[in-house]
Amino acid sequence: MGLLTISEPSSANKNKKNKQAIGIDLGTTHSLVASHLQNKPTILPDQSGRYLLPSIVYYGADRPIVGCDAEPYLLTDPEQTIVSVKRFMGRREQSSRAQKIEEQLKLYHFHLDPKHGMPVFVLQDKQVTPIEVSADILQTLKKRAEFILQDDIVEAVITVPAYFDNAQRQATKIAAKQAGLTVLRLLNEPTAAAVAYGIDRLNQNQCIAVYDLGGGTFDLSILQLSQGVFKVLATSGDTALGGDDLDTALAIWILDQQSLTLATLTRTEQRAILVQARSIKESLTEQSRAIAHWKEWTGEITQSVLDMISKPFIQKTLQITHQALQDSGQMLTDIDQVILVGGATRMPCVRKQVTDYFQQIPHSRIDPEQVVALGAAIQANMLVGHVPPEEAVLLLDVLPLSLGLETMGGLMEKIIPRNTTLPIHIKQSFTTYKNGQNGMKFHVLQGERELVADNHSLAIFHLTGIPPMTAGLARVEVTFQVDADGLLSVTASEMTTGIQASIEVKPLYGMDQSDIMNQLKASYEHAESDKKQREFREKQIESKQLIMALHQAFSEQEIEKEKDPESQDLYAALAALEKALACAELCEQLNEYFNRLNILADAYFSKKANQNLKSCLAGRSIDGIERISND
Amino acid sequence: MSITLTPAAIDKIKQQLKHRGYGVGIRLGVRKSGCSGMAYVLEFFDEIDDLDHLFTFDTVRVAIDPKSFVYLKGIDIDYCREGVNEGFKFRNPNADNECGCGESFYVE
Repeated sequence: MGLLTISEPSSANKNKKNKQAIGIDLGTTHSLVASHLQNKPTILPDQSGRYLLPSIVYYGADRPIVGCDAEPYLLTDPEQTIVSVKRFMGRREQSSRAQKIEEQLKLYHFHLDPKHGMPVFVLQDKQVTPIEVSADILQTLKKRAEFILQDDIVEAVITVPAYFDNAQRQATKIAAKQAGLTVLRLLNEPTAAAVAYGIDRLNQNQCIAVYDLGGGTFDLSILQLSQGVFKVLATSGDTALGGDDLDTALAIWILDQQSLTLATLTRTEQRAILVQARSIKESLTEQSRAIAHWKEWTGEITQSVLDMISKPFIQKTLQITHQALQDSGQMLTDIDQVILVGGATRMPCVRKQVTDYFQQIPHSRIDPEQVVALGAAIQANMLVGHVPPEEAVLLLDVLPLSLGLETMGGLMEKIIPRNTTLPIHIKQSFTTYKNGQNGMKFHVLQGERELVADNHSLAIFHLTGIPPMTAGLARVEVTFQVDADGLLSVTASEMTTGIQASIEVKPLYGMDQSDIMNQLKASYEHAESDKKQREFREKQIESKQLIMALHQAFSEQEIEKEKDPESQDLYAALAALEKALACAELCEQLNEYFNRLNILADAYFSKKANQNLKSCLAGRSIDGIERISND
Repeated sequence: MSITLTPAAIDKIKQQLKHRGYGVGIRLGVRKSGCSGMAYVLEFFDEIDDLDHLFTFDTVRVAIDPKSFVYLKGIDIDYCREGVNEGFKFRNPNADNECGCGESFYVE
């Protein structure tokens, strides 16, 4: 046996108690960072006490300037100030949206660089990619968290829109990496909002509508919570509809009162009127009227004016909502919960119309601008193991119990051991046990015990149509895949023909933390007997294989029982082993019977081989033998 | 039946723990691996699990989870040099088959 060295504990067993992780809402117009402080998810402010970090980066200085400090440059140096970078994340030039991006780029005074097939912002003396811009925003949030938590932060949960595809998610991950963050998980924004409201802890199936009207985008997601897993049933939205559009509409209305249009204004003036429109809109959330100034003009704007201006926009969001609901196959009455997300949902007219549409009062207790980041922080806190296990059943990061398959003899073969970090996928090859076997049964199990009967049976499926082959020649590859939500899918495919069968299960359905602990304790308590049982079953299989091989050999060549005392012993030993297999009382002696037969069988097989050789060679000349071997 | 560590092994573990700077002791275990059944696990550990079997040699703490313990009862661990290699050697009275690659062992 080789020599060993002491290795570091495997990641799953690492002490995670002292680590802090953060949740980040990387938004189109604003970004936030939150973490658990004093057992409560808390939004972390900057040193001036501001929570929202405008997703704006200015590249005109020696180093990137992010957030509020970059805001003034929108007016003074818009060419080098990047806003709404999220819209460009992971987008390929070839995509159907390329046209739209081109338009947006013109709007933001940037160019599309086709070199990498990705949009690149061409600045005065350099180029930056959307990933780099996002990384700068993330880094600012990371530093903010490190300042408050007085600790190095490396791990984060980052939220992304539910509709983000793989490229967009990958781009977000790369940006995080560049910012020095390890992504514990990318969490869908609507799911994060549901987590913040604790809906994941309701022990029942729920249908949730998340109405997210942010600065620049509108998203509506229909989620289903079932068996502790959030599934996105439908998403719909408009990437160019948000609070900013209301600002623009309000600005146009103000200018219209003076017979002016937005187009006649200089870029600086445009920005100025938009900033004013936004502050009027915000103050009308609390007050019924506000005063607007533009040059010599002064006017009063009431809430009803704003309602009138916003109405077409809200109508549009409700049309989208209706569409999403239809796509999801759910009825309006199926929706159990409605959650409001995004600053624009603070507007009384939005709340009223959403309430009217869903015929229920939406959740709005948590600040709609903070709810996603708070949900991300809750998730991050769970993922680093700060939450008492009984509360963290639903969203898993490691497999709490091993997953495996039943093999011959009623034994459980572990494929993914417990405490494996999720997501994971593992492949293992299996083969046939008997000649000409044309199908295989896969019994998917969960648990720590050695015998199938002591484990939790998850599912059974069959792979049929394996071409007839000698035992051990077929190659069946079984893939176990567990995704980040703990959903297990098992696929079996026979490699020569490509035939496949698969099944999907939620392994932890109906199990809580105490069940898991009981399983674990049982496996410890029964460690000794389990080991014996496994050995016994394995011996049984070996015995059966030996018996099978002997019978096969006998049928090929009838030996003369009476004359040969050796073969009499062999028969007796064979009969004894067969009897021991069949009879429970004799199982203790199985080993003994097996060993006796094994020795005799060895002698028999070598004798048989010699006889074959002899009969082949007998009476032949050397030349003849050479001829045989050459044939 | 318990486990034993040779003085050379204890010294080496102490030295390596000191070098690492933190940690409670070492953990022994088995996992299914290789061509002949099982392989040993030897790693540092930072946290005691209530269910672990715990042994102390001088100041060195050794933890073994109950499931692995079944296969490790009576094991003797030494630190030695074989040719150009040096490392911990496991002498397991339970093991009766070692595979050719040296990665795994088998218990009868």
